[in-house]
Amino acid sequence: MGMKSDIKLIDDNGLRIDGRLPNQLRPIKMEVGILKRADGSAFVEWGGNKIMAAVYGPHEAYPKHMQEADKAIVRARYSMAPFSVDERKRPGPDRRAIELSKVISEALESVIFVEKYPRTSIDVYIEVLQADAGTRVAGITAASLALADAGIPMKDMIVGCAAGKVDDVVVLDLNKEEDNFGQADVPMAIMPRTKEIALLQMDGDMTYEELTTAMEMAMDAAQKIHEMQVEALKRKYVKEVDKNE
Amino acid sequence: MEGKIAIRKIVVPGEEIDEKGKPGNGVFVENGKLYSAYLGIVDIRAGYVNVIPLSGCYIPKKGDKVIGKIIDLAPMNWVVDINAPYYAPLHVNDVPWRVDFGDTGRYLSIGDVILAKVSNVNELGQVWITMKEQGLRKLEGGHVIKISPFKVPRVIGKGGSMIQMLKDYTGCRIYVGQNGVIWISGPPEGIITVIKAIRMIENEAHTYGLTDRVKEFLEENRGENDGNEE
Repeated sequence: MGMKSDIKLIDDNGLRIDGRLPNQLRPIKMEVGILKRADGSAFVEWGGNKIMAAVYGPHEAYPKHMQEADKAIVRARYSMAPFSVDERKRPGPDRRAIELSKVISEALESVIFVEKYPRTSIDVYIEVLQADAGTRVAGITAASLALADAGIPMKDMIVGCAAGKVDDVVVLDLNKEEDNFGQADVPMAIMPRTKEIALLQMDGDMTYEELTTAMEMAMDAAQKIHEMQVEALKRKYVKEVDKNE
Repeated sequence: MEGKIAIRKIVVPGEEIDEKGKPGNGVFVENGKLYSAYLGIVDIRAGYVNVIPLSGCYIPKKGDKVIGKIIDLAPMNWVVDINAPYYAPLHVNDVPWRVDFGDTGRYLSIGDVILAKVSNVNELGQVWITMKEQGLRKLEGGHVIKISPFKVPRVIGKGGSMIQMLKDYTGCRIYVGQNGVIWISGPPEGIITVIKAIRMIENEAHTYGLTDRVKEFLEENRGENDGNEE
């Protein structure tokens, strides 16, 4: 964001540099239950993003002072692998990772029935193996799949989706170039059933009308992503039966 | 196996359940409609709509028989891992032996497996277990495996039919705890067969006609590695 360049991000036909329409998502692949040791896990490929999520718990929360007497705490950890970006990223949490961990934890907590498991913690680990813009929303999508796989009660699935502004056009699901050289990026986390918003951030600036359009676009896309999530979850159990035949 | 296996209807969290009935377990109501809270299968019983989760942790219930592992000793109690989110203390007054203060290690030590009963659970999730009842004891030797606690009813079968079949075919002694911990003792070949059969039940718990397929599997395995007299 903010970087000036003379690259044309939208061509004369209204197509973006990767050939997508303004309201078109990147190709998404999802798989559930990829890790044997975790209670729940998922892998999401979202354009160039490759993200793995694993869930442990609920288990007794330690250190003890973090326990909440009447509900479970949700601890999400977002971390990027050193090899996930062009230039080697120093491993370990940085300012950005700590912030994302916090907002993702809060977004996930809003859908989980935390009051069912007092004094426990639910740990969510989101590992970005390859980053290509929009990792936090892809991470939330993966985390939600992993939570469902772990058998954690939720009032809805949660879907992450980003929208933004590029060359004065509101577009859905920004890619790396659009993220770097565009004008605004609005990552959102949406509950597809109730259409509630669990996370909304904005980097860059947009007018009120543009923001409304971006949110509507993301809302529509969330329904499509949710269908993929449902399909991925159900596929795991159909596959398990076939495997044994 | 021939053809496709019928699968029970799977629902995901937040999915509307198109059934009439009172909300049961794993279901919540919003604006008069029923929604699933879990990734699970829909089960309608006695006018209640339930969702049985396909995975998840064990939540202790009063009166459940569970299999636990001793993980710590204290002068007056043991700490037992019963595969739940919380560890359960076993007080010296709740065991069938008279234990002197500080002498807990002589009766049960770390790593021992016990068959116990959940005597109380409170709203904070604290759990107490007891061994003071007929049939509750320390399980010596044997092999312990874990399955999802929601699949325990399928391993036991209707009126214990599945578990009885496993015992008959392999000659093993098997205890199934409500917490998804299974203790198996017997000839090594038998244990291997039982574990394979249980894994099969676990993977196919959401399908119909499971008992027949497990029976077929046990028939096939009986001839090869004869670990029993039959």
